[in-house]
Amino acid sequence: MFSFELLLEAILFGVLLGCFYAAVSIGLSVSFGLLDVPHVAHPAIMVFGAYCTYLLGTYGFDPIVAGIVLMPVFFLLGVGVYRFYYESFEKRGTEAGVRGLAFFFGIAFIIEVGLILVFGVDQRMVQAPYIGTSLSLFGYRIPYRLVVAFGVALVLTAALTVYFSKTFLGRAIKAVAQDEPALRLMGANPVRIKQWAFGIATGVSALAGAMLIIVGPVEPALDRLYIGRTFCVVVLAGLGSMTGTLAAGLILGIAESIVLTLFGASWAPAVAFGLLLIVLGIRPQGLFGR
Amino acid sequence: MKYWIVSAALVLAALGLALSGINEYVFFAGFVVLTFVVLATAWNILGGYAGYVNFGTPAFFGLGAYSAAVLFKALGAPLVLQIAAGAVMGGLLGFGVGLLTLRLRGIFFAIATVAVIFIMETLMVNWRYVGGATGLQLLRPPVPEVFGTYTRMLFVVMVVMAVAAVSIARYVQTSWIGRGLRAIRDSEEAAECSGVPTLRLKLFACVVSGALMGAAGAPMPMYLSFIEPASTFNLNYAIAALGSATIGGMSHWLGPIIGAILLGSLQQIVTVTISGEVNVLVVGVLLVLFVVVAPEGILGLFKKKLFAAKSR
Amino acid sequence: MKLHRVIPTALAAAALLFSGVAAAQQPVKIGMSMPQTGSLGAGGKAALLALQMWVEDVNAKGGLLGRKVEFIAYDDQTNPALTPGIYTKLLDVDKVDLLIAPYGTVPTAPIMPLVKQRDLLLMGNFSFQVNRTVQHDKWFNNAPWNNAESWSAGFIGTGQKLGAKSIAFLAADQEFAQNLANGARELAKKAGLQTVYNQNYPPTTVDFSTMIRAIRAAKPDIVFVMSYPNDSVAIVRAVNEIGVGDSVKLFGGGMVGLQFTPIMESLGSSLNGIVNYNSWVPGIQYPGIEEFLKRYAKRAAEAKVDPLGFYLPPFNYAIGQMIEQAVTATKSLDHKVLADYIRKNEMKTIVGPIRYGPDGEWANPRVVQAQFRGVVDKNVEQFRDPKKFVVLYPDTFKTGDVIAPFEKARGK
Repeated sequence: MFSFELLLEAILFGVLLGCFYAAVSIGLSVSFGLLDVPHVAHPAIMVFGAYCTYLLGTYGFDPIVAGIVLMPVFFLLGVGVYRFYYESFEKRGTEAGVRGLAFFFGIAFIIEVGLILVFGVDQRMVQAPYIGTSLSLFGYRIPYRLVVAFGVALVLTAALTVYFSKTFLGRAIKAVAQDEPALRLMGANPVRIKQWAFGIATGVSALAGAMLIIVGPVEPALDRLYIGRTFCVVVLAGLGSMTGTLAAGLILGIAESIVLTLFGASWAPAVAFGLLLIVLGIRPQGLFGR
Repeated sequence: MKYWIVSAALVLAALGLALSGINEYVFFAGFVVLTFVVLATAWNILGGYAGYVNFGTPAFFGLGAYSAAVLFKALGAPLVLQIAAGAVMGGLLGFGVGLLTLRLRGIFFAIATVAVIFIMETLMVNWRYVGGATGLQLLRPPVPEVFGTYTRMLFVVMVVMAVAAVSIARYVQTSWIGRGLRAIRDSEEAAECSGVPTLRLKLFACVVSGALMGAAGAPMPMYLSFIEPASTFNLNYAIAALGSATIGGMSHWLGPIIGAILLGSLQQIVTVTISGEVNVLVVGVLLVLFVVVAPEGILGLFKKKLFAAKSR
Repeated sequence: MKLHRVIPTALAAAALLFSGVAAAQQPVKIGMSMPQTGSLGAGGKAALLALQMWVEDVNAKGGLLGRKVEFIAYDDQTNPALTPGIYTKLLDVDKVDLLIAPYGTVPTAPIMPLVKQRDLLLMGNFSFQVNRTVQHDKWFNNAPWNNAESWSAGFIGTGQKLGAKSIAFLAADQEFAQNLANGARELAKKAGLQTVYNQNYPPTTVDFSTMIRAIRAAKPDIVFVMSYPNDSVAIVRAVNEIGVGDSVKLFGGGMVGLQFTPIMESLGSSLNGIVNYNSWVPGIQYPGIEEFLKRYAKRAAEAKVDPLGFYLPPFNYAIGQMIEQAVTATKSLDHKVLADYIRKNEMKTIVGPIRYGPDGEWANPRVVQAQFRGVVDKNVEQFRDPKKFVVLYPDTFKTGDVIAPFEKARGK
């Protein structure tokens, strides 16, 4: 029942899936990787973005368009959240770090329950011409929805990599991550910069949420599963590395796909979390860590 | 001494309540509230005293529940033995998690504990003996004549467990162990440098905390006559434990009790009158509120008054 | 959980006036939890409406034992963790007189020990073999099957007639699918079929492309799927997306949810070729069912639920009818008395006469296996046409022969 061809298909599927995982983790790479914010509510915000995409879908918006339209809205949301987090926790020192964690867990739960109260526990899907059809390539059938997620992931990663290395603000964000006091001495306001970065991270989450609902149906509790996947990718990548996120996503995607094919769907949730524990135990700085 | 008198009185009161003719549902709901008291108290030993945020409460709780279920299914073991098994397994897992603290701090430790939950859940999902994702139906053994129903007996058992848990937390807090843990919470490097045996203390806290959580989980299968992975390893237990301690106050053993009774009762009332989801919303909102505005919890708000009263 | 009380006070008052009974008598409370959201939600909402119709009908006739019926139903969200708490509440807080089980095996399984321990009558609602381990003697399930053979024989038999030699099993890891899978595997072995693929998946699985690919690689003749609505939909979509291979002669068998009208409408032409079980399809004659469906269609349009109501509503109305018959005949609400009556007598309902076996299941199963043919997209009324469900089994209802292989049948 197990054949070489099946394994090849699994790897192909894993590559597409992996890029999708990279795309949904990139926001966390910025907020947690670069800014050290214990943002466990990142998957919840992403699921919220997916539901917003669904809502816009009922008005006839194509999901990708909806995702792009939501990006500036979520950017502002991110700025607001960071501001609040900074004023309440970061300003008051490191002991507040533990409370900041509790804060974000609380936010994640509030978002999840809020979604249940508004939308109910039922699964939601969107319709689009590229959802449900597949591409025939060399005898393999590849679902278009995964190809779309793959494409968006590549574009997103490329855009962010260029942004952080070539633009002034992007480099300032990297500088803040590396050496905040030095930046202050140079006259720049690190809080404003971090706010901007967190806004970008949240804006990206909107598009990630759109992709989430393209790839499959969503339900409010979906964020729990993605905590494992996104943190696994970000930690494996090494905090703050954009290209590392892509590589780590691919590794996770392929690993999950192979486990799924060889051992069955009941082991799938353990892959991301297991990989995360292994990385934390052996090489906590990840592959491309700073 | 005062403490022990009050505790004994509570246990006797609970016994009296259980033997009275009061509505069955009181015990059904009361059991859940008491479970929260044990979980919050256990969580606080590591989270409040030592400052290590453990988000993996469901892993220990679930492990305790499944250990009890396995013993019951395989040997028909009595409740006391099931609870002991839950405690032992919880303690073992606690030891493992404690070793994790060697390498991980803060958010990394918290995320690692979340990972433990999902891995435990996946293991149970793939174990056919306990029913996998389908779950297991369990028929309760006959209850001793003196109690009217099994639920009443479980209620009394839980009261005893809660008193035991709080007593342990109280001992840890007031002893040299508590001092060491506080030192670790304030600054682990400084504690190490001043000769505090940080690793041994952390392992102790993890083991005790885990054992208590496992013990709290053990009566669950008998309570529901049913066990399945998704609800047993539900993250709601994590936020309930963390929330209760945060809201009640993390630095004193009274805090988790106040928080758990408040949250637990609120949850039960809301579930019966409005909906099950709103009760999780209530926990989340209260947690965020207290974490931002009153990080010392309810106890912290009253601490000033307490100190003022004592110094007179 | 959402509280949904039906207190038809106007009808009760009218009934009291007509019957001349003295005012202010205690109502007979009947309680249950019904999955109105979650995987089974689409079916549960329709079933609930049917039960509400029965409550109104019975109250219009004067109620049960001269007392009006009060119906209490909570939403269990198809979540088995919620039902023990809900039923404990129904018993200890709402103090109901009679219990109906939730629709579906998964929400019902956790409360079986509870009703056995308290020795209560429980009217089952489309569960499958949920009483197998607990062996409660006051359980009466209303569903057209009894054991796995009653369900699978038609499906596997059809496959064998097509010359099938190998079989693949895809089953959700939950009470219903596992009960069915265990039985079906036995039958397949007895029939001499070789199992080439056997996979259990967690009930929360949303992506089946890997499993469909693996099935295709295994080249089975029959694919027996045992799934709940969310997974059924995802599996059908996955098959539509990447195909299951030319070797497959027969696909389907135990997919719950492909009988719910909203799901049939949204899947449309993707359903074609699938051979699946059903309880009733247009063309099957049961006494009183057409008249009921007409009344139901009117109420469903107002309530905005499943407008056709083929699968569950007639059977749920029948549960009400059975309660009515038993209570009226024994003039009692005592659970033991009612249970004895139901066990010994033939129950007359709009889904035909029902007799119970010693395990609390139908003594004479009537599971239908039908193939979807010629279904088009975005059309609800098309399903009133019997030609869309070609009945292959049992012979008493048969309307046609199966078209195979599966991928060929999808073209038609």
